[in-house]
Amino acid sequence: MIIAERKPINEIMDMVKDAKRILVLGCRGCVTVCSAGGEREVEILASLIRLGKQKAGQEVSTIEATLVRQCDKEYIDSMDQWDGQYDAIVSMACGVGVNFIANLRPMAKVYPGVNTVSFGGSAEQGVWSEQCAGCGNCVLHLTGGLCPVARCAKSLMNGPCGGSVGGRCEIHKDVPCIWQSIHDKLVRIDNKEGLAAIAPIRDWSTAGHGGPRKTVRNDLTV
Amino acid sequence: MSFTPNIQAFCCHYTSQQTLAEGPQGLLADGFPKSVTIHRLVCTGKLEVSTILKAFEDGADGVYVAGCPLDKCHNLMGSQRAAKRVAAIKKALAELGVEPERIEMYHLERGFHPGFVKAAQEMDERITTLGPSPFKAELSSLPAQTKLMPSGCQGGAK
Ligand code: SF4
Ligand code: SF4
Repeated sequence: MIIAERKPINEIMDMVKDAKRILVLGCRGCVTVCSAGGEREVEILASLIRLGKQKAGQEVSTIEATLVRQCDKEYIDSMDQWDGQYDAIVSMACGVGVNFIANLRPMAKVYPGVNTVSFGGSAEQGVWSEQCAGCGNCVLHLTGGLCPVARCAKSLMNGPCGGSVGGRCEIHKDVPCIWQSIHDKLVRIDNKEGLAAIAPIRDWSTAGHGGPRKTVRNDLTV
Repeated sequence: MSFTPNIQAFCCHYTSQQTLAEGPQGLLADGFPKSVTIHRLVCTGKLEVSTILKAFEDGADGVYVAGCPLDKCHNLMGSQRAAKRVAAIKKALAELGVEPERIEMYHLERGFHPGFVKAAQEMDERITTLGPSPFKAELSSLPAQTKLMPSGCQGGAK
């Protein structure tokens, strides 16, 4: 899922400093699962915004709502119900949601309530770690299922680098060297070709280096 | 000008048994400050961040939570959870430029214990020194809040 975390409240207060009526809008997707922007977090942020405004001696009213998703037009369209009732929107969805609102509601002032951090998973309660970088040309079949793009500090395709020591990455002793893990995994599953293979210079155009990416599925378009 | 703080205390069933046994008059006789209003909960682990923030919105100058000792919670981890939520609120208060000391977590023994009164006295003294909540700035009108229930905000309501 997409991992996010709430921005510091002072940063958000600065965004909405001129707004008197604020729509705090959560999303029931990934940000609900990672407890960054679901219904509960909307309630907390709206309360913090009201407190911040109270402290500044400013009037404020908030609308708290949570859409099923903010990355589909049909749900963004349902925001019609609040037309004329807010001066600013603080979206607690990932950056996709904020962009969708900005795309589809050209006059709306929309601000991000969270920092979108990574594509990751829950490593343990309250801890999430990055696992994939959405590079558009997956190589996991060659690397024992462990991603060198997202999980190697240098996104090396032929690792490890000279900084790998004792299974740890040179950037920090708490970070595993994923290339050590990849080699260990390929040995465990007896993938000799994988171990010997040398990846060619990579074309990163699918990873966003060729501009914004668009996915078209002709079997689904209408 | 003298200032009597408004302090809201959220206490679990176990740490606040004294309130039931002695009643308000008995507590006052023990030296429990008048400024503190007690809210009893089954467990502090039930306490939501939003409930504490609401207390500040409703005019509290200070808030504290009293739960079991960290390693002896009746519900195992309830008071640990509460402590983490209190820490998160301290951080948010600091980000808003408000003294984080206005919220505190106490881990108290269960049943009758002088610590229960002492925590209230400590908060009373602390908040009296800090003065009124900065959230009580003058407003030209009261803040309004509209809360939409889940059925009203399912987007396309499919
Ligand atoms: S190789 Fe690319 S698509 Fe595959 S897991 Fe890594 S970043 Fe994601
Ligand atoms: S030590 Fe390992 S994970 Fe770190 S940059 Fe080098 S190859 Fe990548």
